[in-house]
Amino acid sequence: MGMRTALFDKHVEAGARLVDFGGWDMPIQYDSLINEHHAVRQHAGVFDVSHMTIVDIKGTQAESWLRYLLANDVARLKEVGDALYSAMLTEQAGVIDDLIAYRMAWGFRLVVNCGTREKDLAWMNKQAAGYDVELTERQDLAILAVQGPAAMHIVMDLLNSKGASAEAVQTGSLKNFSGAEFGSWFIARTGYTGENGVEIMLPNSEAPGIWDELLAAGVKPIGLGARDTLRLEAGMNLYGHDMDESVSPLSANMGWTIAWEPADRNFIGRSVLENQREAFKRGELPVLSGLVMEERGVLREGLRVQCTFADGAIKDGVITSGTFSPTLKHGIALARIPVGSQNAALTRCEVDIRGKLIPVRPVKPGFVRLGKKVFE
Amino acid sequence: MSDFPDDLKYAATHEWLRLEEDGTVTMGISDHAQELLGDIVFIELPEEGKVVDAKQEISVVESVKAASDIYAPISGEIIAVNEDLADAPETVNSAPYTDGWICRILPSNPAELEELLDADTYAGMCE
Repeated sequence: MGMRTALFDKHVEAGARLVDFGGWDMPIQYDSLINEHHAVRQHAGVFDVSHMTIVDIKGTQAESWLRYLLANDVARLKEVGDALYSAMLTEQAGVIDDLIAYRMAWGFRLVVNCGTREKDLAWMNKQAAGYDVELTERQDLAILAVQGPAAMHIVMDLLNSKGASAEAVQTGSLKNFSGAEFGSWFIARTGYTGENGVEIMLPNSEAPGIWDELLAAGVKPIGLGARDTLRLEAGMNLYGHDMDESVSPLSANMGWTIAWEPADRNFIGRSVLENQREAFKRGELPVLSGLVMEERGVLREGLRVQCTFADGAIKDGVITSGTFSPTLKHGIALARIPVGSQNAALTRCEVDIRGKLIPVRPVKPGFVRLGKKVFE
Repeated sequence: MSDFPDDLKYAATHEWLRLEEDGTVTMGISDHAQELLGDIVFIELPEEGKVVDAKQEISVVESVKAASDIYAPISGEIIAVNEDLADAPETVNSAPYTDGWICRILPSNPAELEELLDADTYAGMCE
């Protein structure tokens, strides 16, 4: 038996098929992955993501320490509640994990992946030596992600019924990619679906009650299966698939998350990353591209991508995440693909499916946003 | 709970077969198999007219989660293929034993049918 979140009984009640996920017994799907996927794109769904690890950072040097620990710069978080996405790098600029950092009134809150929990905590504790920082893992909190076009409205109603000032939530403090504390709850407009919505961190004891209220308000429970198809349609990376410690963040479409300025900010991995940046500009590092397959079929992680360039060179790439897009009804993928010598243009891209080369189209990562197709 | 109709034969690789009155065999994948796969989104259909051996790979069924090979449970010639599945692969989820049939085979060695599993044995295997 694996670890259980505060909502385990609720998953069983909702008819979930449970699987082991990083040591946790988690719902992979309730009735149908595709129905769950559409529910989030068209109305609202709730995900139990309590298996993810919350680490609160306090202490007089919390900010300066995080500016050293993370490739993105928490000094950019101007107001309490502001959030950013960042990589945590090794000295060799490999990606240890990706995470979200929130500025809190009392310090910072990080949310990291469950599969990397132990190595993340070990790394953070090691790097914290010599700093006045205090790290506290918050196993007492559950996380519910409520996502979809109707999600904000439903959560506002729920907050209203609890006496919180919904006006404050709607207008003031809750911009996209920011959050606010309401009593023992922290609500942030973040997510992993490409839809509007919130992630709610709240005491374990309160989670089952809120779950019931959300379901009663017409929110559908969503399993990890649809969580994956939704995030891939949104073009979002999954740690351990699209990147890991052997991959430069530049080759994982994470260049935009690196805060190069101010140039005198020293962060772990910076010097190696500066060299990678030059190599990347020279076309020596692969890129993470989106792939679209309009023929029938499904793209899968691990499939070989054969890339033909204008100078006649043929080089192989690989799919790092692939699926069938329930919204677009065709195959989509993220793939690490090579760049042509002297920037020779990529003229043809094919995926090797059971020995047959099927044409695919490289596009910017990101396929669906707010329910609509976003690539050309 | 999966459905295991009594009038069918089953292969350990989760295909079902029905012996028709004309001596041909209709086959598909079991209710248990479609449940395990989840939402089916693509089927690489068998090739009509192809002569196959028992246990030979003839088709691939892909759900969002996984791709699964489908094997010929018996030797023979594939004499019909359910072309409707090209546009509606989800029929295998909704009606695995009826409209979701995959192909019909003219057996070359009907004795092979005796080696297949009955409903109770197969159901026991799926527990």
